[in-house]
Amino acid sequence: MKCENCGERHAQIHLTQIVDNSVTTVHLCEECASDKGVQTGAAAQANPLNDFIASIGMGVGSNISDEDSAIECSSCQSTLRDFRESGKLGCPACYDTFHGHLKDLLRRLHGSNHHAGKYYFADSEESDQARHTRELKKQLKNAVDAENFELAAELRDQLKVME
Amino acid sequence: MDLSMLPDGGMRWLDASGPESMIVLSTRVRLARNLSGVRFSTRTTATDRKDILESVARACHKSGQLADAVEFDVPSMSSLDRNILHERHLISRELMGRDGRPVSSAALFTEGELGVMVNEEDHLRIQVLKSGFDLSGALASIERLDNDFGRELSFAFHPQFGYLTSCPTNVGTGLRASVLIHLPGLVLTKEISKVLQGLAQVGLTFRGLYGEGSEVVGNFFQLSNQTTLGKSEGELVDQLGKVVRQVVEYEVEARAVLERDAPVVMADKVWRAYGLLRYARNLSFEEAMNLLSGVRLGVGLGTIKDVDAYTLNKLLVYTQPGHLEDIIGLGVDEAELNEARAEYVRSLLQPGLDDGGDQTEKSSES
Repeated sequence: MKCENCGERHAQIHLTQIVDNSVTTVHLCEECASDKGVQTGAAAQANPLNDFIASIGMGVGSNISDEDSAIECSSCQSTLRDFRESGKLGCPACYDTFHGHLKDLLRRLHGSNHHAGKYYFADSEESDQARHTRELKKQLKNAVDAENFELAAELRDQLKVME
Repeated sequence: MDLSMLPDGGMRWLDASGPESMIVLSTRVRLARNLSGVRFSTRTTATDRKDILESVARACHKSGQLADAVEFDVPSMSSLDRNILHERHLISRELMGRDGRPVSSAALFTEGELGVMVNEEDHLRIQVLKSGFDLSGALASIERLDNDFGRELSFAFHPQFGYLTSCPTNVGTGLRASVLIHLPGLVLTKEISKVLQGLAQVGLTFRGLYGEGSEVVGNFFQLSNQTTLGKSEGELVDQLGKVVRQVVEYEVEARAVLERDAPVVMADKVWRAYGLLRYARNLSFEEAMNLLSGVRLGVGLGTIKDVDAYTLNKLLVYTQPGHLEDIIGLGVDEAELNEARAEYVRSLLQPGLDDGGDQTEKSSES
């Protein structure tokens, strides 16, 4: 299919929009699309969070100081800046390393920052409840050690609910 | 790996045996999972990925449900075969490789309705694809497989954030449930934008035929949950299910209104679509999708009686560019592709000219 704008190149961007209550689709080549300010596949896919974060104007990026953006995950060496640029975390430990920043981001993305679904246990010998409590206590100790009192307070609340 | 070895082509859902399958073509649920202590996919080394693949392969063999799974080694496949798996919704664009080159040890294991993609954006993407509107059935299947895997593998899990994923948009349950739904009535009555706008308010979103970033063609929409954290798997699926049920009702109402207020226009529309598909010699993908939508509507309304849902579903998949290239050979230009598409459609819609290939029983009733 040819681009509807220039009529020369192959249309690769298919932009579906809802205008005046009807769904319209325009077919554009990459060049015309980028002229029109449409973020094309590769760029848009590379970081699906970027636009969203930018659009709410208070994302990970904007309120991170230079000092913060250099915070590095000891486990995979990725930094908060890497996350801001790629929208992807480096490893499971990043969720603890960047806990403070993620907490707010997740609340905005999902409307919550607490998992309410299935609880996972690597081995099933311990009861679910016991394991959960033990995990929380471990996290609480880590949080206190790291002087992350906000997290500690949240974990303490969760433990209270469980007991 | 020869694609023809795949029972049902990996698309059992084509048989339209599920509930509401004229309007809701298929239901999919996937779970994103990562191995604990292992870097996420953007930072894995070739050795990491090889280890991940070996662990998942072992877990598949031990699981009752994927023990006989067909394994696809994605990097060793031709780009055409990869494209075909993608057109069948069995592998994602991510697994195919963004620049056309999959990462090493990228793989798919699939058996029946179940499958797992390995070394995708997350280490594992466990998926189930069912015919019709069957979210609870899909969730039950996927939970069983997840439990099997969870015993063999050690998943990255955080007490506060749940299952950890490479991208924070998937964290928590890691669950994305979606239905592929055909809404010509709502599009024709122009009610569709209201429906789509309402989705965002309840944490849902819509996409085109191929998920993220794809266009809507032929009035086929994918409705899915947007958020993954803060609600249980059951709640997420229930919420989507309630909305889908309502959308199906609206669609049925819209069709009733169209039939009542403009019966001749409607009949003309669906018969024209059918006539074009049966006799056209050149069909673009978009045109074919739109005409298939018209015929599907006609069959749903009972106007067209000699086409069944299986044939319609099959046409939807096999008229895509990759599938046609598989028939007529690579390197054809668009005109040849359009001719081949028209020919394929004719072969399936002309009585007596059917290729007699993998058929389910055809009924003359709709």
